[in-house]
Amino acid sequence: MELSNDLKNLPASGDETKIIKQLFQYIVIKLGDENFGIDINYIDNILRMQQITRVPKVPAYLKGVINLRGEVIPVMSLRLKMGLDEDVINKDTRIIILKIDSEGSVGVLVDEVKEVIKLSEDQIESTTGEGVSPESRRFVSAVGQNGNELISILDIASISLDEN
Amino acid sequence: MDVSQYLEIFLDETNEHLQSLNTQILNLEQNPEDSDTINEIFRAAHSLKGMAGTMGYKRMQNLTHDMENVFSEVRAGNIKVGPEMIDTLFQCLDALQEYTDNIKNSSDEGTNDNEPLIKLLNDYLNGKGAESPAPAPASAEPAKEEPKAEESSASSDSSDKWNQIKFDDSQVKVIGEALKSGMKVYGLNVTVKESCILKAARAFLVLKAIEEKGGEIIVSNPSSQDIEDEKFDFDFTLIVIAECPIDDLIKAASDVSEIDKVVGAPIDMDKVHVEDEETVETADVKPEAEAATSDVPASAPETPAQTSAPASQAPAAAAPSAKPADKKPGKPVVNRTIRVDIEKLDSLMNLVSELIIAKNSLVSASADKVAGTASSNDFNEKIEYLESVTTNLHESVMKVRMVPIENTVQKFPRMIRDLNKKLGKKMELYMTGEDTELDRTVVDEIGDPLMHLLRNSADHGIESAEIRAQRGKPETGSIFLDAYQEGNNVIIEVRDDGNGIDVEAVKNKAIEKGVINAEQAAAMADKDAINLLFHPGFSTAKQITDVSGRGVGLDVVKSKIEALSGEVSVKSVLGEGSTWTIRLPLTLAIIQTLMVVVGGEKYAISLGSIETIETIPEKDIKFVENKEVINLRGQVLPLIRLNRIIDIESKSPEDGNLTVVIVKKGDKMAGIVVDELRGQQEIVIKSLGKYIKQVKFISGATILGDGEVALILDTNALL
Repeated sequence: MELSNDLKNLPASGDETKIIKQLFQYIVIKLGDENFGIDINYIDNILRMQQITRVPKVPAYLKGVINLRGEVIPVMSLRLKMGLDEDVINKDTRIIILKIDSEGSVGVLVDEVKEVIKLSEDQIESTTGEGVSPESRRFVSAVGQNGNELISILDIASISLDEN
Repeated sequence: MDVSQYLEIFLDETNEHLQSLNTQILNLEQNPEDSDTINEIFRAAHSLKGMAGTMGYKRMQNLTHDMENVFSEVRAGNIKVGPEMIDTLFQCLDALQEYTDNIKNSSDEGTNDNEPLIKLLNDYLNGKGAESPAPAPASAEPAKEEPKAEESSASSDSSDKWNQIKFDDSQVKVIGEALKSGMKVYGLNVTVKESCILKAARAFLVLKAIEEKGGEIIVSNPSSQDIEDEKFDFDFTLIVIAECPIDDLIKAASDVSEIDKVVGAPIDMDKVHVEDEETVETADVKPEAEAATSDVPASAPETPAQTSAPASQAPAAAAPSAKPADKKPGKPVVNRTIRVDIEKLDSLMNLVSELIIAKNSLVSASADKVAGTASSNDFNEKIEYLESVTTNLHESVMKVRMVPIENTVQKFPRMIRDLNKKLGKKMELYMTGEDTELDRTVVDEIGDPLMHLLRNSADHGIESAEIRAQRGKPETGSIFLDAYQEGNNVIIEVRDDGNGIDVEAVKNKAIEKGVINAEQAAAMADKDAINLLFHPGFSTAKQITDVSGRGVGLDVVKSKIEALSGEVSVKSVLGEGSTWTIRLPLTLAIIQTLMVVVGGEKYAISLGSIETIETIPEKDIKFVENKEVINLRGQVLPLIRLNRIIDIESKSPEDGNLTVVIVKKGDKMAGIVVDELRGQQEIVIKSLGKYIKQVKFISGATILGDGEVALILDTNALL
């Protein structure tokens, strides 16, 4: 809805561009010092930190399960999955619930949710690996230019991929 | 109207009839003369035909019609049942099953006419044709669909009902225009058989048949909406504009099954006009009639064009198109339904009323509390009442979900019979406990694994008749399928008196396949070796037969049963036979559990697997082969430290006493050491989701009263 409004408004608001570019919306999250974007189409919900029930004998990055409106949803640590340090839980910590068709819902722990941004096609470049830390490179599908900031756009499919 | 609303009933009943046909024809094979069986088959075939006809599945109807014909001759004693005929009949059932499956998946019966089968059936009919040339319908009274000739000669009381229909202006105009353009206007009165169950469906098919003849229905009495809603007695009257002769319409309408009679005649236009004037005063019929036909004026001029094409079609063009074609293929069009005994529903209803009473009494107790007049005893009493109601409610809901395994196992005798022929062996299937009830989801899923085990027994287990004779066994091999309940579990056993499992052969094959090496094989106990059969990538069938060993191994059986929270095991004595035992939980949805705490984490253990709870002094722990055991009233049980299994620090008991939950699985028992007990709780089982790969000893999760998630411990996996 919002997206289509923007498309309508763009030419009218004095923008000289004749071609209307497709806009993509991302939620910007923070992991350590890096900013990452998650395509808003994958996002079902953003929750405050809540009690996670540990599940034994699973890979370390799987933190456990939570209760989301009566459904049991697994939660994983993006940090651990990407090879960063263990999460430090504080008041900014959020659980983002991603909806992935093949796997159902999964929650990911992030340090902070910053904002929602819109990027047009030409602001997004497929990644060459520059400006992305080596550990997280394989989870990044593209890099977006948001003002002066570079946003690494996460490849949801590779995140949800099970390694074992 | 659309018959799709009846699709579920249709599929349900068709499956039932097919099942009963299968059983009865098997019976017939044993007792070819049994008249009860023949009657039963005849009835089932007849009902199938009627149902297929109602739903507009012409091919299915044709096939069942011919089967019915054959049986009516058998019933009359004109044809003898022979082995080839039984084979043909089974093939017919398979064909019908195929139609049914097609309908289930796409709501269309498919395009296979099964002409060879129909020809075979007709050959049986004609084979005896010389002595009694009367065609089948002669004795098939209930099947009669052909209208008697005199019915079309308008003579009965209903013959002029269409003359009583009152037209409004626009309808008169339409009729006038139609007549001008050379069309004819007919009045039709259709009477449905009194025994008909789905009157609306029949009526719908009649309307459809008329439309396919190029007829346009301009008025109906009662209104088409009422007909759809079954708001008519046994007959309805139509005014139709068409090009074709009236007899074509009558024929088309009476071809629909369970239609008693159809009468019709051209409308006398003079009368129509007179009636029209009357209509102005008696306006009560008008709004309905108008609503039903409001679009007629617009479409009437096109009628001649529409008419020419369909009218040239074959007379039986009734309704393969009755189903909307826009349904996507692939996904079954039918929801999964369950048939529930009305008594079970009644008891549910009662319990829900009690639940409301309990709630109300809690509300009033809470009001009393606010007013300061209530004692805490009041509350406890009411909560106890509530608890007993919800427990009963759970039990009732569980019962609703329970269905006998009968439906699933019924197809097996037929399968074994076919295998007899295919494998050239002699064997017999004996089944007991078909009435054992299981959760519907389990019953649906258990068919394939069972079939696999039975095929396995038939193919690998039972020896050929010669070998059996050499071994001094009866020539005919026996396969047993026994189901029974044991505590919270249902046990299904597949047993045969065949060859048993050759442990050495299994080991050799495992080495060959690289599953184990030679040293491992030598050290392996027989029991473990037999379990190799469940190893993925291990199929003992060297030569891939049609029957088993088509790549789907026993590992699939195992994983399927484990997915149902069950387990499968096998015992075998070489030369004497094997027994496959499947153990399944009674229900999957809600269970009674004991909540325990280990290292601050809560886990639920199903009460069904708990034997007792013991307090054991730590000093009483003994060691056997370096493993902790306890001696419980003379029985030595292994001790399982739950905290070590789930990798967590456990607080050590202050008084040196361990809390031990004694669990059992079949005849095996063990003690599980926990930190704390939190009491009994009824929980709803939730899946951990696809994302977390199955942890062996966690069978799921549940959400506790405070919203917290607790994991459910599968103690069977720990033993």
